[in-house]
Amino acid sequence: MNKRTALYEKHLASNAKVIDFGGWDMPLHYGSQLNEHHIVRKDAGVFDVSHMTVVDLNGERVIEFLQYLLANNVSKIVGKTGKALYTCMLNEKGGIIDDLIVYYQAEQEFRMVVNAATRDKDLAWIEQHASNFAVSVTERTDLAMLAIQGPQAIEKITPLLPDALRDTALNLKPFTACWDDNLFIARTGYTGEDGFEIMLSNEQAPAFWDALLNANIAPIGLGARDTLRLEAGMNLYGSDMGETDTPLESNLAWTIGWKPAERNFIGRDVLEAQKANGEHSVLVGLVLKGKGVLRGHQAVYVDEAGGKGEITSGTYSPTLGVSIAFARLPAGVYEEVKVEIRNKQIPAQVVKPPFVRHGKACIDI
Amino acid sequence: MSEILDNLKYVTSHEWIRVEKDNTVVVGITDHAQEALGDLVYVELPEVGAELSVGDECGVVESVKAASDIYSPLSGKVVAVNEELTETPELVNNSPYQDGWILKLELSNDAELADLLDASGYAKCLEDEA
Repeated sequence: MNKRTALYEKHLASNAKVIDFGGWDMPLHYGSQLNEHHIVRKDAGVFDVSHMTVVDLNGERVIEFLQYLLANNVSKIVGKTGKALYTCMLNEKGGIIDDLIVYYQAEQEFRMVVNAATRDKDLAWIEQHASNFAVSVTERTDLAMLAIQGPQAIEKITPLLPDALRDTALNLKPFTACWDDNLFIARTGYTGEDGFEIMLSNEQAPAFWDALLNANIAPIGLGARDTLRLEAGMNLYGSDMGETDTPLESNLAWTIGWKPAERNFIGRDVLEAQKANGEHSVLVGLVLKGKGVLRGHQAVYVDEAGGKGEITSGTYSPTLGVSIAFARLPAGVYEEVKVEIRNKQIPAQVVKPPFVRHGKACIDI
Repeated sequence: MSEILDNLKYVTSHEWIRVEKDNTVVVGITDHAQEALGDLVYVELPEVGAELSVGDECGVVESVKAASDIYSPLSGKVVAVNEELTETPELVNNSPYQDGWILKLELSNDAELADLLDASGYAKCLEDEA
């Protein structure tokens, strides 16, 4: 039996097409994935992302622990209450165990949000290392999580925020959170649009969901979440990166906290060697120049000699009206490649993601 | 529940067939098929003049989430394709049995018509799949 979020009944009430997603019964769409995509680009939508794993970390040595556990350096957020940091958690070979967001809540208190499909291995890994630092690890299965995203999201949600938290929430800088005893509000997301991600108790979630829908914020399924994040140039764990890919090979060099040089984090030596050598594969954006749709695992030919890579995730971009993808290619710099679609080689332009931000194209087509 | 029209024939690969008077048939994908695929964003049509046998791949429908082959339900020559689908693939979602038709075949062996499912046979096929 699959797991269900506190909002499962609400999804059925909105005619969701429910699919299995990493062991969870989740809404794929509520009628039209394309319409939902456009709503988030132009108006405001809400996603149930309660399947994601929220973990609270506490302890006197929690900073030291996270500096060892995570590839980005949490010292960037220490002392800045509510500040968030995006980072990878690596194995000893520099491969990505998961990507996650970590929030600084207080001197000995951090909150992490990791993926749903990787929950078991993430918790095992975190707990294994936490014990050496006497850090306590608490999974918050009591919390639901909603992402409210789109150019109208903040305006539409404003009346629903509690008075005491409203001004603080409205003044949040991107990648920052505030909270009270009931709500944790972060100005984060996975769509390339403005908005909030809100955590609240499972008990409160259904009524809050109803209030959001009554404020004309449309329910959006995981299908549109995938096309939105791809347009926004954001990697999906398990498709665009995994345990055999390093951040350097995943277009995530910017998330590696190289300084200070003496900080020893798991996987650092492998990343240092890869960086010094420079000969590592690259994750790039592609825009298809011919007809068809780019899909995961299609072969990508980079030269006449037969050098090739692979699409890691691909889709039709509803905003741009063309097909876009991420592809992992052999070390090199490319302008145009050929993608094999049903035995035909179709040209694709190599671009630097994102493809779309705040409703606007970031690339020339 | 998806719509199944009584006046059409069907195959288990979810194409529908409308038999015309002049030894031709019109082929599309069923309401069930379009619903399972979701919003279509691309349709690849066969060449007019192509000779097809039963079960040949003769096109592709792609939605935001997946690609699905179209199989020829009968043998014959492609005499027309629905060019409008190139620009507006969503016609298949909005009108799978009318505006969203895909191709027209001139039959080379009308005995094959006997192998097609009628509406109740196709309804049973969907029940068995569910």
